[in-house]
Amino acid sequence: MSIELRDVSKRFGNVNAVRNVSFSVKDGELMALLGPSGGGKTTVLRMIAGLEMPTAGDVFIRGQRVNDLSVQQRNIGFVFQNYALFKNMNVLKNIAFGLKIKKWKPADSQARIAELLKLFGLEGLEKRYPHQLSGGQRQRVAIARALAPKPSVLLLDEPFGAVDAKIRQELREWLVTLHHDLNVTTIFVTHDQEEAMEVANRIVIFSGGILEQVGAPREVYEQPANEFVARFIGVMNVLELEVRDGLARINELEFPTHGLNEGQKLRIGFRPYAVQISSDLTQYRYHGVLRRTFFLGVMLRVELELPSGLVIRARMSKEEYAHQGLENGREISFQIRQYRVLARDQAALPPENVLTYQPPPLAGENI
Amino acid sequence: MALKRFHPLPGFGLTMGFTLFYLSAIVLIPFAGLVLRACELSWRDFWHLATTDRALAAYELTFGASLVAAVVNAVFGALLAWVLVRYEFPGRRFIDAIVDFPFALPTAVAGLTLSSLFAGNGWLGRYLVPLGIKGAFTPLGVVIALTFVGLPFVVRTLQPVLQNLEREVEEASATLGAGRLRTFVSVIAPSMMPALMTGFALAFARAIGEYGSIVFISGNIPYKTEIAPYLIVMRLEEYDYRGAIALAVVLLIFSFLLLGAINLLEQWSSKFQH
Amino acid sequence: MAGLPKAQRHAGFKKSQRGTEEPAFVKWVLILIALAFCAVFLFLPLLNVFAQALTKGWAYYWASLTHPDSWAAIRLTLLVAAISVPLNVVFGLAAAWAIAKFDFRGKPLLITLIDLPFSVSPVVAGLMFVVLFGLQGFFGPWLDAHELKIIFAVPGIVLATVFITFPFVARELIPVMQATGTEQEQAALTLGASGWQTFWHVTLPSVKWGLIYGVILCNARAMGEFGAVSVVSGHITGLTDTLPLRVEKLYNEYNAPAAFAVASLLALLALLTLGLKTALEWKQAWEHERAQRADAPISAEETLRANDTTA
Repeated sequence: MSIELRDVSKRFGNVNAVRNVSFSVKDGELMALLGPSGGGKTTVLRMIAGLEMPTAGDVFIRGQRVNDLSVQQRNIGFVFQNYALFKNMNVLKNIAFGLKIKKWKPADSQARIAELLKLFGLEGLEKRYPHQLSGGQRQRVAIARALAPKPSVLLLDEPFGAVDAKIRQELREWLVTLHHDLNVTTIFVTHDQEEAMEVANRIVIFSGGILEQVGAPREVYEQPANEFVARFIGVMNVLELEVRDGLARINELEFPTHGLNEGQKLRIGFRPYAVQISSDLTQYRYHGVLRRTFFLGVMLRVELELPSGLVIRARMSKEEYAHQGLENGREISFQIRQYRVLARDQAALPPENVLTYQPPPLAGENI
Repeated sequence: MALKRFHPLPGFGLTMGFTLFYLSAIVLIPFAGLVLRACELSWRDFWHLATTDRALAAYELTFGASLVAAVVNAVFGALLAWVLVRYEFPGRRFIDAIVDFPFALPTAVAGLTLSSLFAGNGWLGRYLVPLGIKGAFTPLGVVIALTFVGLPFVVRTLQPVLQNLEREVEEASATLGAGRLRTFVSVIAPSMMPALMTGFALAFARAIGEYGSIVFISGNIPYKTEIAPYLIVMRLEEYDYRGAIALAVVLLIFSFLLLGAINLLEQWSSKFQH
Repeated sequence: MAGLPKAQRHAGFKKSQRGTEEPAFVKWVLILIALAFCAVFLFLPLLNVFAQALTKGWAYYWASLTHPDSWAAIRLTLLVAAISVPLNVVFGLAAAWAIAKFDFRGKPLLITLIDLPFSVSPVVAGLMFVVLFGLQGFFGPWLDAHELKIIFAVPGIVLATVFITFPFVARELIPVMQATGTEQEQAALTLGASGWQTFWHVTLPSVKWGLIYGVILCNARAMGEFGAVSVVSGHITGLTDTLPLRVEKLYNEYNAPAAFAVASLLALLALLTLGLKTALEWKQAWEHERAQRADAPISAEETLRANDTTA
């Protein structure tokens, strides 16, 4: 294990920013720390770097306990959200800084810098100062500077926050390529779940200082450990059901009671892909109207409106959509193929107890 | 002093320690020494020494002249600041730079040259003295010197405020029919007030402590043109330490009160900036 | 706007302000009054110094300056400045580092204490040191026993000057260090730099203008201080007379031209200080403007084009 956190907590005055967080990072992995603002992820990153000290718990880098090691001694590379380039030094001096501190031989230093300039597409910009660079260039200098002394791990704090959306996409792809080429253990903090899903090998999800789930993007999406993760990652339809007359209901939808009694509440969630739609009104059990269609490239997201006014989000491919002859305003029938129970009787379920339920197929239907 | 939280930056202990050490050695200990000595005086003695007729005359001159000088600086400083910020004219940048001249010039030189200017045979004195305006060896001279010394304070405090005034507010006033003078009185002047008062207080504080320039221009005639700091020096030369200390304490107390007032003014005025 | 020729800029400016401007007549009256005020209180006094210094001609002027006692005063003034300014620079850097880069309780109190010498009359400051080190002072007997003189000797002058100029460098540095924040220093730490290396390579260059500015102001005040030094120096000609005190002495000896001659040196110093200060301010404003233009939001196309330098 390249990096390991064991039961790490951090308090700032009265605020518990990080609570009993434990996870490990594999050698060469590209890991995302994901969560809403204030969730504790930046604090965790800074504790790994040594820019913050844990209130409790241990941090290990390459098997060595580093709590007592100062940031200078940890051999990490850190890229700040606003890049923190040295304003009075040009690009060359910025990148060379870490090498100078670690007393690299001039020849090695020059070679390394040349290598990095080429890799990051910064050739020709050596003499420029930070204020003469564009946002994207500044960021590449910041990363080059952090990587120059060959750290054992690269840490990035919201690396794509300050850039335009279009550029963000390109930089994401570039980071994945870079990581692949250099194979440095990399951890980055983001609040953008799409980014984490697209880029990372594994994601650690934080909320309110608590670690909600660790897993590969697919795992986190298909098997969210709890309601928070289910709602944070991707799109999730969430329904509040109440048990009446032997079934858990909301408006016209009916579900099993899952052991609850009359009057008790149940909260379930299901992904858009779990909704099956047909233009044949007799094919599925529930009816609704196709209210809106969103074109997202290959897939389409559709909104269904039920007679009661309830809105459900579903997803299908362009081919399926065309095949069914669908369009806005069309009446359709649908069923929910798979759902998860998020909370029973107001209490959110702990990760171990979240259920995935597959309703029995109606007679004659193809799943 | 303990840090509120862990900080990765090193050097707090070293810099803080040195700062406190240096501060104590240069500022706090001398201060304490003075206060300690002052405490050796009984209340009666203190009161007696601090309120002799000569001392009272000195206070009157010091505070009175400082007040007048501060008012003059407030009026002309505001004018100067306005002209520098709002208008373009040849030499504007030069004047802007030279406003700080009183900051840079040693007070002794200031007093020397001002007293020579206003003396009977000086460049200005030769016209003014026949008119009865005697700028040297008179309380007026004290006011003149204090005006010089405090000149930059009002100007420099007002300039940033004037620069940040929103033109749109004035334009709104004009669209509502207000003439320029009316706009100035009702709209612009009030927003200048807090900074103006701060500048005034700073000039006032500076004037009270001023010594060097006055010594040259006032003639230092007891009961007439003797300022409080000069009286302190006189008492020292007569080896009347207790008298000197009593006076010094009075000046100190007043300085601190003024400092407190200035702090409050600056806080109040910064509210208006946002 | 900076690229347009001056007349064009002016015209545009005037046009947009019509309706909220004073009549030209009023403007010019105000300008003239302001100029008159400046003339009386700024220009005439300055010119007068040089005029009076030369009333007995260049030879006398030169002789006054090269008189051994004047020379001694020049040397003493330079010595005092050479000691007090570096001391206060070290203090200013240390205090600014502690205050600007760290969070601790009592910070406003510390800042107020640092400003203390500003609010004290110079004479009172001098008196404080007399109380401490004078013959009847707290340390007086001890100093006397060891044959050390502080009051009425050079050390006393240095101490008084250090006190008076105490806040100058710190006050310039603190806001500048606060404005640059701590991220660059943190970045240096992550790259392995020690505290000193970080300070030397990252912090110091970022505050260099503020530091130079503070040094200039501190020096001007150190060389020109009169009141505090007057109290502690004892006015021993040739030994404890700084330049300002020398001016006073010559004046009291009714040797006005000589007094003005020495004063002219100080006036020149003041002009030099002003000149450097203004030059620094202009340079800073220019650099600030340049940096601001570069910080403007970069459009997507610009970044794409820039990113296209990837070979």
